[in-house]
Amino acid sequence: MCNLKRQLLAGPYLLWMAGFILLPVIMIFYYAFTTTSGHFTLLNISSIFASIHLKSLLLSLKLALICTGVCLLLSYPLAMILNGMKEKSQGFIVFIFILPMWMNFMLRILAWKLLLSNNGVINTLLEALGLPGLDILNTPSAVVFCMVYDFLPFMILPIYNAMSRIEDDILEAARDLGAGTVTIFFKIIVPLTMPGVVSGITMVFVPALTSFAISDLLGGGKVLLIGNVIEQAFMQEYNWNLGSGLSLVLMVFVIASMALMSAKGEEGGAGVW
Amino acid sequence: MSKRLIDLQHITKSFDGQTVLDDLNLYIRENEFLTLLGPSGCGKTTTLRIIGGFESPDTGNVIFDGKNITSLAPNERQLNTVFQKYALFPHMSIAENIAFGLKIKKKSKAYINDKIKYALKLVNLEGFEKRSVDSLSGGQQQRIAIARAIVNEPKVLLLDEPLGALDLKLRQDMQYELIRLKNELGITFIYVTHDQEEALTMSDTIVVMNQGYIQQIGTPEDIYNEPTNAFVADFIGESNIIDGIMIKDRLVSVLDVTFPCVDEGFGTNTPVDVVIRPEDVELVAPEAGMLEGDVASLIFKGVHWEIEVLAHGFEWLVQTTQMHPVGTHVGIRVDPFNIQIMNKPESSDEKAVESDV
Repeated sequence: MCNLKRQLLAGPYLLWMAGFILLPVIMIFYYAFTTTSGHFTLLNISSIFASIHLKSLLLSLKLALICTGVCLLLSYPLAMILNGMKEKSQGFIVFIFILPMWMNFMLRILAWKLLLSNNGVINTLLEALGLPGLDILNTPSAVVFCMVYDFLPFMILPIYNAMSRIEDDILEAARDLGAGTVTIFFKIIVPLTMPGVVSGITMVFVPALTSFAISDLLGGGKVLLIGNVIEQAFMQEYNWNLGSGLSLVLMVFVIASMALMSAKGEEGGAGVW
Repeated sequence: MSKRLIDLQHITKSFDGQTVLDDLNLYIRENEFLTLLGPSGCGKTTTLRIIGGFESPDTGNVIFDGKNITSLAPNERQLNTVFQKYALFPHMSIAENIAFGLKIKKKSKAYINDKIKYALKLVNLEGFEKRSVDSLSGGQQQRIAIARAIVNEPKVLLLDEPLGALDLKLRQDMQYELIRLKNELGITFIYVTHDQEEALTMSDTIVVMNQGYIQQIGTPEDIYNEPTNAFVADFIGESNIIDGIMIKDRLVSVLDVTFPCVDEGFGTNTPVDVVIRPEDVELVAPEAGMLEGDVASLIFKGVHWEIEVLAHGFEWLVQTTQMHPVGTHVGIRVDPFNIQIMNKPESSDEKAVESDV
């Protein structure tokens, strides 16, 4: 009886899930496998092999990989430095990292658009210093740059979390058994932070792969990611069938990367999910 | 006696302006089971960590086997540590944990495998090679931590309250295991604990510490039977510590009653601390006692009764196998050789003995 009551508490959430997750997914599936007139077709799916779509997908994968790589390279040393600091300062620095996340996502992208533009703050500063201007707006570089800026906290926090959970005892034990700094890093710290790394990779790679707003605003229409193609299919061509078909293909990539990372994470000692 | 293996000379250490160790001098002999015993914050763990190389002393030297190792990092020292919380590597199997130190020393695979087998046999965990750390109980993890340390054949094994997290029965079993291990390996053990029973059971030498000062060094028998001051007496087992006045040699006045004792050389009419162990207090008929009192409380402890007797304004703690109901009027008798006389603390380092345990 009591159990049943407690289960009822999940009701509102189940309704939410049914209405805003399950139903849309079913609709996507329906549109993806039908023509505008409602007949079954595989054309929406296979249209991913059209050269323009394939090019976008490959560019998305490439930029997402670069973004994830850069985030990882920046985050790992940062997390290590952060972890080595006094507890009080750690909290403050983490707060600073999280601070931008409290601002609206679109506002941040628009801010970068202004900062990076030809007559923007950054170029004016560079000019004043007598340095060559930075002409990256409307290029993939600008898109990657902003993706890294946006997604960096999602990489730093899980790695920092995993690192701060390594007890001093363990490091001292390794040292006691004769391990030098390099050995401790590769044999102890890296394996023990692997779950955090895997979690960070997933949390950066997936949104980077599916992103369209950043490329829309900073790519100036020249950087066409798979997200943009899907957006255009829905919003400009009103071709929901094509948009749904391409969305399903993208979903396969997302699920595949998450499954791969999840398996990796379990190997590393703790699952991400 | 065997030679001095470790010599701590004039070690001083403070953290954030708080002095933890003040001019500590101590030597440890080869093949000795030495225990650093004291309440938390007495500096025993800091002393161990200085020997292990995890802390460096502000002043003073650590001499190991004739060489000054004060500035050597832990990985450059010929000793290994067993940590309080085991500190096993959670991402490695048991075999990998034990092999960690040997792999760093680039030993051959066959040698490492032999060593793992030998070490697991030594700690009674044969066949545990492939198990994960998580699947082991606390006691088993502690055995693995010991195995991981001893395969490196250290000259000295440092143990930092290794049994602190185990339950009573397991702790007692492990005490015997440790004594056996020490005898089989023939190496020096330096053991840190706040548990006096553990110290008495296992040690060749006990170093009682409080507030950064060594209070007494001696064999378990010395420490228990001849504590040098009230702190040691109180910390090692329970005792009645009473203010007294040494009237003259072999005669002490306690609670306005004169007791014959066997101590000499305290002068005449000197204030002293008088220590009487609870098992040395005899309860007799009121008229046969040196002083009379009433039983205030009675607790059954299994082997004996623990009785509190209120006599002459002092609560005497008594352990006896005979039951005396609460309220009984009894006499108290103490044999002269069971009365331990100690000087009152005078200098600052001796004052450490006054603090509460």
